[in-house]
Amino acid sequence: MTTTTTGGAPNTTPVLAGTLDTAAKQRRRRISPWTAVAVGIGYLVLVLFAFVYIYPFVIQLVTGFKTNPDATQNPLSLVPSPFVTEAFQRLGETSFWLWFLNSVVVSVVVTAGRVFFDSLAGYALARLPFRGRSATFAGILIILAVPGIILLIPKFLVLRQLGIWDTYPALFLPLIADAAGIFIMKQFFETIPVSVEEAARIDGASTFRLFWSVILPMARPALITITILSFQGSWNEFSHFLVASQDPNLYTLTKGVATLTSGQLGSGNQYPISMAASLLMTIPVAIVFFAFQRYFISGANAGAEKG
Amino acid sequence: MATESSGAASGRTRKPRSGGITTGQSRAGWTFVAPSVALLVLFVLLPIALAVWVSFSDWNGRGSPLNPDVNFVGTDNYAQILTEESLIKRDFFTSLRNNGYYVLLVVPIQTIMALLLASILNQQLLKARSFFRTAFYFPSVTSSVAISLVFLFLFSGSGAINEILGYVGLEGPTWFGDSRGLLHQLLGALGVWNIDSPPTALTDTTILGLSAWEWLSGPSVAMSAIIMLVIWTTTGTFMLLFLAALQDVPTEVQEAAMVDGANRWQRFRAVTLPHIRPTVLLVLTLGLIGTWQVFDQIFITTQGGPTKTTLTPAYLSYTYALDNNQWGIGTAMAFILFAIIIFFTVLQRLAFRDRAAARQRRRERAANTAAKKATAQTLTTGAPR
Repeated sequence: MTTTTTGGAPNTTPVLAGTLDTAAKQRRRRISPWTAVAVGIGYLVLVLFAFVYIYPFVIQLVTGFKTNPDATQNPLSLVPSPFVTEAFQRLGETSFWLWFLNSVVVSVVVTAGRVFFDSLAGYALARLPFRGRSATFAGILIILAVPGIILLIPKFLVLRQLGIWDTYPALFLPLIADAAGIFIMKQFFETIPVSVEEAARIDGASTFRLFWSVILPMARPALITITILSFQGSWNEFSHFLVASQDPNLYTLTKGVATLTSGQLGSGNQYPISMAASLLMTIPVAIVFFAFQRYFISGANAGAEKG
Repeated sequence: MATESSGAASGRTRKPRSGGITTGQSRAGWTFVAPSVALLVLFVLLPIALAVWVSFSDWNGRGSPLNPDVNFVGTDNYAQILTEESLIKRDFFTSLRNNGYYVLLVVPIQTIMALLLASILNQQLLKARSFFRTAFYFPSVTSSVAISLVFLFLFSGSGAINEILGYVGLEGPTWFGDSRGLLHQLLGALGVWNIDSPPTALTDTTILGLSAWEWLSGPSVAMSAIIMLVIWTTTGTFMLLFLAALQDVPTEVQEAAMVDGANRWQRFRAVTLPHIRPTVLLVLTLGLIGTWQVFDQIFITTQGGPTKTTLTPAYLSYTYALDNNQWGIGTAMAFILFAIIIFFTVLQRLAFRDRAAARQRRRERAANTAAKKATAQTLTTGAPR
């Protein structure tokens, strides 16, 4: 806010005011000098922030190809000199690719599980009149209000109690439980006209068949949103993996890279390696993000609606 | 299981209205929700129940917490954290102080920054808005571990930030290794007190395990680096929420205000702000809930140091349980943190409600309904408006 107000005369502060202008107004305003100043300041702020937001990623990218001394001496330089792939090679000598594989498996299983179970439960809560439906939904709303970090130690206790701690299922089973996704799916199914189901029901289709071949295909946008949110969430998950296992063979990327940087490579600055590792672990999410950006954005809004 | 039986009762009361629930439908309904209910019971409700027991027990991590050797110790663990003079109490209130300053800075700054960026991005006159929106939002979807590593490098002693500071003739601190309190430094520079010999009135007064002087430290330099990291990461998400809200502000009202000769700032205060009020409350609430849970960034960057100035309750409870095997203490801390989060969320909602006039509230409800409809619409079409 200060950036704008200090940027010019008081009359220019209105950049802050969000307005939806009609085409006619835009044409008229383009003539006004104050608008020109306001637009200029608007761009200035945006470009400044864009720099702050993009530059760290650029540094991350180029530092991965630097040598240790180069990274420490020229942290801002965008040209590695010399250009080396040593960091990536040394990363390959660790269990990095095993962690990568574990992350892929866990994320895929969590995503598939969430999409399937969330849509089943969401549909039942939206449309199937079973006994205990409202109480179940109330329970899900209560669970939604429990802050995730509170569950960190409790989940460890239960995994131990169930005897699945330090096994593969311990990594993904708890993450499949997803109250938020059920909520989003329920909200979506409520927007589908009942008449569609009634028409299909007359044909004598079973409830599951009706759900699977009539309702689910109509829920494609919501399903994609859940898919993306789940993939991103489980790929980036850290604290759960921290407590769910101990065996280095069960490390996921987040946990593996975290331990890598805090000791495994010995003392001294290992910035090129940590930048290379963080770069590689960002790429899959970045690809999904740029391919499905609009779903991310609708997901951010849908996710917040529950709040 | 309790859910099921009480639910059956409420289902029965609704029976006449829904024209009777057939056994077939009921069975299908339960089959559909059963996997999810089972998972939620197993990995949310059961863990909480077990942790409640552990927080009242002397379980030391050996065997099952349910084995007969584990004793019920009443509120001993809670008392050790909150009332008895001990290192545990000192650690816990230190972590509350650290997290308190963190919340105090992160929540307002990220909210204002998100609103500022959203307001600018909502200007139809500007080009390339989706490029900027993507740039600001992208960090929100990346891994906290990866981002923390990048910031660890940027804010290292010889890192990019200090190099930039060097250009303007400033010598940057070692950031993540610097435990100096900002408020101590700031008021010291202003001559309010001398950092090397702090006022004895403050150092001799002990409140909740810490001296008044320690309470007034402000966030450490290390904590402020984490604060910048978090603001940088989360602002984008909240910006999207504001952007969606701003797009729902009716054009007619804006135009009417313009005809009345209101300048843009007046229009923002009188028209836009009241309309996006529910979103402001939402962003503040989500911010408050999120900031009290900070864990990943602490784990990666500082592990609570230097000299405990970045300890937070979430991180502290983790170390007491998993590193020290003091499970009762660790779980009790988690539940105290839970209570703190609930307390502040409720407080914030009440504060907002009191300030709002009745007419305002009606307007909020209308806006809320509109937002819900919009979300449904967004999900349906799969594209943001």
